[in-house]
Amino acid sequence: MTRSIRGETAVVGVGETVYYKRGEATDAEFKLALNAIIAACQDAGISPKEIDGFASYSNDRSDPSHLAAALGCKELTFSNMQWGGGGGGGSAAIANAAAAIHGGLADTVVVFRALAQGQFGRFGQGPQRNTVAGDGAYAIPYGLMSPAQMFAMKVVRFMHDHGVEQEALRAISLACYHHAQNNPRAVMHGRPLDEAKYDASRWIVEPFHLFDCCLENDGAAAMILVSADRARDFPNKPAYVLGALGGSHYRAGSSVHNAPDYSTSTFKTIVPRLYEMAGIKASDVDVLQSYENFTGGVLMSIVEHGFCEPEVCNDFFVKERFSAPDGDLPLNTSGGNLAECYMHGLGLNIEAVRQIRGESSNQVADSEVAMVISGPMVTPVSNSIFGGETTL
Amino acid sequence: MSDYYLDEGLPQPVASEIDAPYWAGLRDNEMRLQVCAACNEWQWGPEWICHHCHSDDVSFQAVEPRGVIYSYERVWHPVHPALKEQGPYIVVLVQIPSAGDVRVIGNLLGDPKQKVVIGAEVEGVFEHHDGDNPHTLLHWRAS
Repeated sequence: MTRSIRGETAVVGVGETVYYKRGEATDAEFKLALNAIIAACQDAGISPKEIDGFASYSNDRSDPSHLAAALGCKELTFSNMQWGGGGGGGSAAIANAAAAIHGGLADTVVVFRALAQGQFGRFGQGPQRNTVAGDGAYAIPYGLMSPAQMFAMKVVRFMHDHGVEQEALRAISLACYHHAQNNPRAVMHGRPLDEAKYDASRWIVEPFHLFDCCLENDGAAAMILVSADRARDFPNKPAYVLGALGGSHYRAGSSVHNAPDYSTSTFKTIVPRLYEMAGIKASDVDVLQSYENFTGGVLMSIVEHGFCEPEVCNDFFVKERFSAPDGDLPLNTSGGNLAECYMHGLGLNIEAVRQIRGESSNQVADSEVAMVISGPMVTPVSNSIFGGETTL
Repeated sequence: MSDYYLDEGLPQPVASEIDAPYWAGLRDNEMRLQVCAACNEWQWGPEWICHHCHSDDVSFQAVEPRGVIYSYERVWHPVHPALKEQGPYIVVLVQIPSAGDVRVIGNLLGDPKQKVVIGAEVEGVFEHHDGDNPHTLLHWRAS
């Protein structure tokens, strides 16, 4: 018997707070987490007291025991943190929740992420201290210290090796901003982007213009998972977890930029396992949510998930292909991390669920297979595939 | 204007137990990288054991500071207050063929707007900082 979580669990509720610009949330981070979880439970039609498991990632500061106490949960049976920074754990947290439910460790698990950068400080700023030791000492004194700076050299090398032009990155950004204009939740709703505005925007670090970089936001997001057997009794159309996992390749975590395979989104080894688990191939994907820390990561992710060969990126990466509803690979249909909100990518998973339910503000017709790529270029990364009833 | 490549005020490196020989080597104009005494495998950054054979007999060996540019980036947006007036600067990832192709990070000296060529040969330049926390950075220039 093959061991797999395929089709064993489903998302039955999703919830988000208002998405704020960085530092503008009026609530504390912990309260944002509570509000998103309560919203997800309302969507699922259950009491938050029924939650018995919590799964998060990226060192979320809202502790499950404290959350369970604050919500009055009857019992806590699963409290899980996916190791690793950035958004690399966004889909792995779902995998962990699904595995726990399938394995009998918990019944009703919430996957959540909460961020209040006003309360706790920014990602995109260098360290404010006098000295640095360890891995940082090899990079920070040379002016290499922000996420954009940490990832740019991977993308430079990939673009060099495969002759990729700037316009390929631009197409990703344009598609995200295009979708945000139809999404009233999006922080960049009402702030359209065109080629000229992109081209005129300042460099952050080559090859990333301002509009190649994710936002930084305050807010929280949550999703409720239960077993597939139970899912059919909930009010919403279940979004079944067809596959979800995380990982990285040989010595991806080598320090000082020494991963043997360097110019990669880190997905090469886990993509075959995801497709095998889900029983699908790239051409089966109806809609794709691909985590944009920076557009270059999306580019390498899409290549490494088998949607195109690296040598044809300049032809493949055009806004029309990525635009819902008519493009053949609708991408980041909520606006994503570039233009909806940077909730470390959990918003991308929620958008995938919306597409399965038929509730997106940029709905793709007959969307039955929605894939999420979480946190490229870090280690571990993760990915997930949701499906409707017909995919089981 | 300082004599250093980057304006002063960034966090300064300090040695820790695992990498003291590296930082001491730079003070002596030497690039000492980590190699396994048991199996001769190179690795960087430094680790407590050899990733190849798991021996803990890892040591630091001086190698010629010569390499090739593996990748690079030109930074424009300052994310640290010390770099507010800096303007663009170049970070290079340099592969060291004489040390098993491990890579080190530094700045590329010269015009910050110069065209950078992946694969170009470079040589190390030691930038000594005296003062309360004496330390040395290793930069690169075309060779």
